[in-house]
Amino acid sequence: MIKFALAGNPNCGKTTLFNNLTGATAHVGNWPGVTVEKRDGVYKKCPEPVSVVDLPGIYSLSPYTPEEVIARNYILDEKPDLIINIVDATNLERNLYLTTQILETDVPMVVALNMMDAVEKNGDKIDARVLEDLLAVPVVPISALREKGLKELMDRAYAASKRRRDGVSVLGSSRLAGIIGDVKALLYNAGVDSPLFHAIKLVENDEIEVANHPEEYKTVQEYKERFTDDVFGNDFEAIIADERYKYISKHFSKALVRKSGEKHALSRSDKADKVLTHRIWGIPIFVVIMFAVFHLTFAEDFLYLGAMGALGEGWVSLAGKWGEGMFGSADGIASPGVILFNLLDSITGSISGAIGDAMASTTSEWAQGFVVDGIFGGLFAVLSFLPQIIVLFMFFSILEDTGYMARVAFILDRIFRKFGLSGRAFMPMIMGFGCSIPAMINTRTLADDKERTATIRVIPFFSCGAKLPILAAIAGAIAQLYSSNADAITFGMYMLGITVAILSVIFMRNTTMRGDTPPFIMELPAYHAPQAKALGLHLWDKTKHFVKKAFTIILVSTIAIWFLSHFTWAWTYVPDENMDESILAGIGQLLQPLFTPLGFGSQLGAAGWVFAVAAVTGLIAKENVIATFGTLAACLVAGFQADEALEGIDSVTTLIGATGISTAGLISFIAFNMTTIPCFAAVATAKAELGTKKLFKSTLVFWLVVSYIVGTVVYLVGEWWWTVFIVLAVAAATVVGVIAYNRKRDAKVGLAAAGAGAIGRQSECDHAEAAADADGLPTADSDDAGEDAADDGGAEDK
Amino acid sequence: MKKTLETFSVGERGVVSSVGGEGKMRRRLFDMGVTPGAEIMLRKKAPLGDPVEVSIRGYELTLRKTEAACVLMEVAND
Repeated sequence: MIKFALAGNPNCGKTTLFNNLTGATAHVGNWPGVTVEKRDGVYKKCPEPVSVVDLPGIYSLSPYTPEEVIARNYILDEKPDLIINIVDATNLERNLYLTTQILETDVPMVVALNMMDAVEKNGDKIDARVLEDLLAVPVVPISALREKGLKELMDRAYAASKRRRDGVSVLGSSRLAGIIGDVKALLYNAGVDSPLFHAIKLVENDEIEVANHPEEYKTVQEYKERFTDDVFGNDFEAIIADERYKYISKHFSKALVRKSGEKHALSRSDKADKVLTHRIWGIPIFVVIMFAVFHLTFAEDFLYLGAMGALGEGWVSLAGKWGEGMFGSADGIASPGVILFNLLDSITGSISGAIGDAMASTTSEWAQGFVVDGIFGGLFAVLSFLPQIIVLFMFFSILEDTGYMARVAFILDRIFRKFGLSGRAFMPMIMGFGCSIPAMINTRTLADDKERTATIRVIPFFSCGAKLPILAAIAGAIAQLYSSNADAITFGMYMLGITVAILSVIFMRNTTMRGDTPPFIMELPAYHAPQAKALGLHLWDKTKHFVKKAFTIILVSTIAIWFLSHFTWAWTYVPDENMDESILAGIGQLLQPLFTPLGFGSQLGAAGWVFAVAAVTGLIAKENVIATFGTLAACLVAGFQADEALEGIDSVTTLIGATGISTAGLISFIAFNMTTIPCFAAVATAKAELGTKKLFKSTLVFWLVVSYIVGTVVYLVGEWWWTVFIVLAVAAATVVGVIAYNRKRDAKVGLAAAGAGAIGRQSECDHAEAAADADGLPTADSDDAGEDAADDGGAEDK
Repeated sequence: MKKTLETFSVGERGVVSSVGGEGKMRRRLFDMGVTPGAEIMLRKKAPLGDPVEVSIRGYELTLRKTEAACVLMEVAND
């Protein structure tokens, strides 16, 4: 099978093209760098099947970020039969910069001129034929979104893949043409593929090339000593970048005909932007949007009519019928997310009720228990949260797709910098609310290794979709028992996760992960309306993933839990009433004392082991926590016979009744599960992304220690408010300790650095950087290092 | 008149005259099109005054003041 690779700038429509060519459903977002791993699919409409590979979006083939290295290695080492270079026609100059670099390889290529419709809408014109003559490769105008021109693109690509192509460079007439030619000849004689590409990179001082071709590099160095230029000295990297852009603006401007009257009127995008990134209102708007998202998804009292007492007892028309309370109760009208939740809840409740009834008269108690509690109890407890997960994902996808998330990075960068991160770290973190796995992979867009490690470690604290059932079920139960607001508790727990993440990052960036604040140079994509089709595909994908997981790993786990909780060590069946004698209870009771400081240990008495077990099963998949509750709570209810399986919230209320756990204990339980070692799959991803075993091990320890301390602090402060002073004192002591230690270490390092002497290229901007660093680091000692900063102290002091 | 991009106020335009800084950061600026001769207009500043957003080569780029300090600009006298 022949291979085509898709290469282009981030956010130029590569993934949309990929999806339309291969029928895949990869996630598309309006954020530079959504694709960070390469993935492949098959295009079937050419004379032979074509394997299409979607490479990460890149601006250049420089060796500085992991995704650039992935794309570059793929092009050079895997030798695809052809590269489809996607060029965003609305942004020709910068996109062609990458094109000029790909042209230098010997790989056949075509240029796909994407978003031509948008260019024409602006009244501009791009002459594809002029471009084709200049680049000497086929140029095909397409619209990836509207699926226009794809057939022609692939036909011409297929034809081009059968022809040999030698690299060409736009630097042929530049000041460096001589040295490039010399080095190319050397590499050619040494039998190197794509000699022109390697020669230019070598002249650029590219660190990968210098390591691979030390002999040829000597030629470059000799030449360099003799070379001077008025503007750049002998800085070849700068000269080459400059020459490329000069060539592009000089020659390719012929292809672009702009509408007369240079500046268009303020576009809709500009108007939206004026409001959303407003100097004063930008941040409040962000907070309101986030709150609205959660409110729409979780609120039981959506319009606050219940709180105002505006609802009569009988407003719910479904009273006494199937689906009673689906649209809310006298306490309030439910939000869309909650209505969907109630709907699915009623359906699953009816199913398990019907099956339970049918089995009641015909089968043994044992089999009924297995089906109703073991299978349905766990499965439905998890599935019932699917609607809310999907609604939450939908909002996040829309925000990302419109380009708002990129602006949020822009708005929040200043704050992120205080923590020693760049605004770019915002994206993987916000993705963490969906699932930690893609979020951890996305950290590859971060250029700085220490920033990456710190970000990967805190990603699980951004409560993922699978942890949502834990939150929703417990918050729902607390809300029912104490008639408080479920969405406020949920929102608060998300905030707690974020706070722990921030404090951990501050702590790490001041101790084990110290380093300069990484740069923040990012493209802000144009706003556009969300694409219904892409959104639908994405949500469908998520649903499929969730349901599949529910019916595989979670189903198996719940069945295993049921068996373990209904058999003794001697493999004899124990009925529900005597569950305390089961294997699972034995294990749980063993672990139970460990959680006493966190409020869900020994103080809960005989049935308290359920919480310990649930926390442990969460290591397989976080949905298991509530699935375990569902299975075990169903069994704890005496006389389960005619009972339907208990859904999430009810199972928690049952457990509260059975164990007498305090609210502080429950919140501590959520906090522990939210911050502890994530699910199995996320742990494996973290291992792969962190690279070294040492980092991975310390990360596991970090998660355990952080969650244990956070749980303890939440429980202590929740139960006895005055302990907050002890916590603050410990926090303060840790902060003082860290500052003192860093001062001492800096003093040592400072002396060494002064000896080496500063090698600044341009003094005025080096000063500026130094000043910024000095201003960036000590922020952690200011007031915001609150209670949990101390928590993380233990984690890193190993 | 020459001054750094960092000192620009909103709406101010100029042409890049040279780019300082080192390594990764400098290369990234080049790759994003911040090369001598490129025209830049400062579009806006973030709510907290930093980073800034500029128009360059027909698209929007955001960078911090510390990075903008490395970009020396030529502006028309007025």
